Amino acid sequence: MSLIESIRFITPEIILLAGAIIILMFSLFVSNKNVLGMFALFVIIAASLYLPQSPKTEAGLFFNMLTNDSFSLFFKEIILFITGIVILISIGYEELKEKYIGEYFFLLLNGTIAMLLAVSSNNLLMIYLSIEMLSLISYILTAFLKNNPLSSEAALKYFLFGALSTGIMLYGISLVYGLFGTTDLAIISKVVSAGQINGLVTLVLLILILAGLCFKCSLVPFHMWAPDVYQGAPTAVTAFLSVGPKAVGFAVLLRIFANNFFPLYVNWVNLVMLISIFTMTIGNVIAISQTNIKRMLAYSSIAQAGYMLIGFVVGTAGGIEGVLYYILAYTLMNLGAFGCVILVSNYLKSDAIEDYAGLYKKDPITSFMLSIFLLSLTGVPPLAGFWGKFLVFNAAIQSKFILLAVVGVINSIVAAFYYMRVIKFMYLEEPKMKDTGHKSLSLQIALAIVTAGVLIAGLYVTPFLNWVKYSQSFF
Amino acid sequence: MLFPILTCIVFLPLAGGLIILFVPKKNIGLIKTVATAVTAIDLILSIILLVNFNYSGAMQFEENLNWIPSVNIFYHLGIDGISIGLIFLTTLLSFLACIGSYSIGMRQKEYFFLYLLLATGMLGTFVALDLVLFYVFWEIVLVPMYFLIGIWGGPRKEYAAIKFFIYTLAGSIFMLLGILAFYFTSTPHTFSILELGKTTGALTMPIQILIFIAFYLGFAVKVPVFPFHTWLPDAHVEAPTPISVLLAGVLLKMGGYGFFRISFPLLKDAAHYFVLPFAILGAINIVYGAVVAMAQTDFKKMVAYSSVSHMGFVMLGLASMTTTGFNGALLQMFNHGIITGAMFFLVGVIYDRAHTRDLDKFGGLGVKMPVYAGMLTVFSLASLGLPGLSGFVSEFMSLLGSYAAFKIITIVSVLGIVITAGYFLYMLQRVLMGPLNEKLAGIIDINKRELFTLIPLMAIAILIGVYPLAALKFQMAAIEQLIQKLGGMIF
Repeated sequence: MSLIESIRFITPEIILLAGAIIILMFSLFVSNKNVLGMFALFVIIAASLYLPQSPKTEAGLFFNMLTNDSFSLFFKEIILFITGIVILISIGYEELKEKYIGEYFFLLLNGTIAMLLAVSSNNLLMIYLSIEMLSLISYILTAFLKNNPLSSEAALKYFLFGALSTGIMLYGISLVYGLFGTTDLAIISKVVSAGQINGLVTLVLLILILAGLCFKCSLVPFHMWAPDVYQGAPTAVTAFLSVGPKAVGFAVLLRIFANNFFPLYVNWVNLVMLISIFTMTIGNVIAISQTNIKRMLAYSSIAQAGYMLIGFVVGTAGGIEGVLYYILAYTLMNLGAFGCVILVSNYLKSDAIEDYAGLYKKDPITSFMLSIFLLSLTGVPPLAGFWGKFLVFNAAIQSKFILLAVVGVINSIVAAFYYMRVIKFMYLEEPKMKDTGHKSLSLQIALAIVTAGVLIAGLYVTPFLNWVKYSQSFF
Repeated sequence: MLFPILTCIVFLPLAGGLIILFVPKKNIGLIKTVATAVTAIDLILSIILLVNFNYSGAMQFEENLNWIPSVNIFYHLGIDGISIGLIFLTTLLSFLACIGSYSIGMRQKEYFFLYLLLATGMLGTFVALDLVLFYVFWEIVLVPMYFLIGIWGGPRKEYAAIKFFIYTLAGSIFMLLGILAFYFTSTPHTFSILELGKTTGALTMPIQILIFIAFYLGFAVKVPVFPFHTWLPDAHVEAPTPISVLLAGVLLKMGGYGFFRISFPLLKDAAHYFVLPFAILGAINIVYGAVVAMAQTDFKKMVAYSSVSHMGFVMLGLASMTTTGFNGALLQMFNHGIITGAMFFLVGVIYDRAHTRDLDKFGGLGVKMPVYAGMLTVFSLASLGLPGLSGFVSEFMSLLGSYAAFKIITIVSVLGIVITAGYFLYMLQRVLMGPLNEKLAGIIDINKRELFTLIPLMAIAILIGVYPLAALKFQMAAIEQLIQKLGGMIF
């Protein structure tokens, strides 16, 4: 396909870029959060309307740099949804001062472009570039509260870890180029399928690439940045970081490993299984002792990534569908949980779990919604999180990964303890706090949307399962 | 059947709960009325079920709809002789405990919402014929129960609530693995309990044993079987009276029902393999529960441990693999729900007045509270297995059934009955007889509302004690079919 013809497939990205630049210029004159936020939201909606609606086009775009398939479309929809909700959350987040709000939305929209490109990249170099773009934007967003030392410290840690792991990944990619003579995944995939490569050498470079992706998905042993960054970053950015880059990381992971390098499955499966087991266990065990809710949710999101990885380890159609559904459910419940944290911190001025005592009395609706999200993260049916777990355990049992399933199950029990602890403080303790102040409307709308999502995806699963089934185009 | 009566029974409480959410917090009278009305209608519907019940032992009132077609999950409900009694028990106790809940003094709106949600979960568990649906209802019970203990409970409510939650979740999530294993080992892949029942025994022995253990962990925590019972005394003691009634009356039955509905019929060979451990654990439950109950000074804790002891008969009856034993075990679940439910009501009555449950602080109340004394005596005697009252029938049948297979274990278990008689009579002596405790001189007798909750239970206890067939006729055919399928002895 020629260059000109390819352009229509990146219309959403072009819209986002144009919108971002307009916001940046506008912010010279208008620094009203609501106006700019609404415009950003409008840009997101416009972009989602122009998503390429011919998902079965497999032809290489831009000299095979990008591809367009149902898989990338699935992630693009999720990413635009994430950014939309994050914008709504950001409007309601009081810590974000209006002075730099133009830059904030500019970065957020550019981060979205990076994510959209990453999930549709079909070339290792393109993947690297878009992930690096996303990373750089994430570093800046993390440091956005620049007078807050925690925020700056978090950004520096994030940057150091990120530089190291993406450096390793780039090294892996250069080895791929040395071995295959190309970074085009379509060509590499053909060579791999033909079986003419040395398994050991490929394993080494796969491990190197995996390192970079583990960082994005906050998988053990590249998870250490997550708690500090989640705690230090502005909470709206934390909500974004906990779902956006993670979804992208999994999309790329699935595209590289479950699609193109799948013939080498036996070489990497044990390694990834170990990563999954350690990620779940370490995330959950450390989460128990946390006293700051953002930090607790950070460890929880590490653990959740471990569950998602189960489906990836299994490496069957059912497993991949499980991962996709889990990402969908995780997006909803984690955005919701962080949204509630922001709503509460707006009037509580604290993120300590103890300060949530008696929240039900002061703010029954928010406590109810936060409970829904936490129970969904625990995996209580019939909420969305339960079906995510159900599907990945289902796939694990089907392929006889009994150990993995049992470890996952034991971990869910451990996790129940710290999720219920928050609920315990909210409902079982007497309130100490003063009355709630003004509650942001846009934040409440965002929360209503994700609450509805968690309930609908839990009770009426069929359309979501069909969507997921349609989206995984690998098997 | 055109009218979806089971769906109505299951979801009516939830609908009532949702209505309550829209009632203003201050309008406590309306909230109570809605909750009572809903549970009363549910009770009436379950009586309609009893009246229209076909004694043939077949699955009836079935409803089967597609829920999640891509993974073969169905919304499949139905009842037979095994579940009908438990459904009646659940609706009856839900109604009575709802009336018993009038004395709840705070946050009534949330209380009754959670209470009705709990009722939906319990009823759904007993009617679900699809393993995933069963699991969903099973887990729904967990959340309201956590709050009901944790918010309205006693001094150590938070500890008790989280302990209950973690224990049950731990057990049930292994059950989820068992459910998935069932799905993938069956051909064609299915979650349907009835379909899986048709091919019982088709799996290889090691797989059956693995799945059996996975389910066992889920059910044994709920029953509770020694050594998974430690959540029970905590939860019972801390929970408010109506919730204790439902915990003992219904929640424990969910575990026993699981054995009847899933473990035994679907895993025939594994069930035969595990009868000896079942019998031993049953005997341990009976004797250990009774001995520990004897040592209690807390009235409620004593009744809680008596539950552990009584549920041992269910295990023992199941181990027997005979119709008599199975009938005894199933009837024991029903009777225990009636009797122990009433016992918890009675503990609640005296606790509301004396504000203590310490058995040594009572004394001589027989003079001050004659009606209460009569009730307490009747239910204590029923609980210790006096002939003529319902507890005797089911315990005797369980023992009779198991004697053929496990003579020594049965003999040891009978010892439990003796100890049970001991601690119940000792309790009656400490509460009703002896010199009157001066502090309780102003105590008033049981009131009409409390009496109203107890009289139906007493009537049932006496009816089954005198004429056991009234209850047995519902379950006999179903049990006989189950035993035939298992290849057990029919006597």
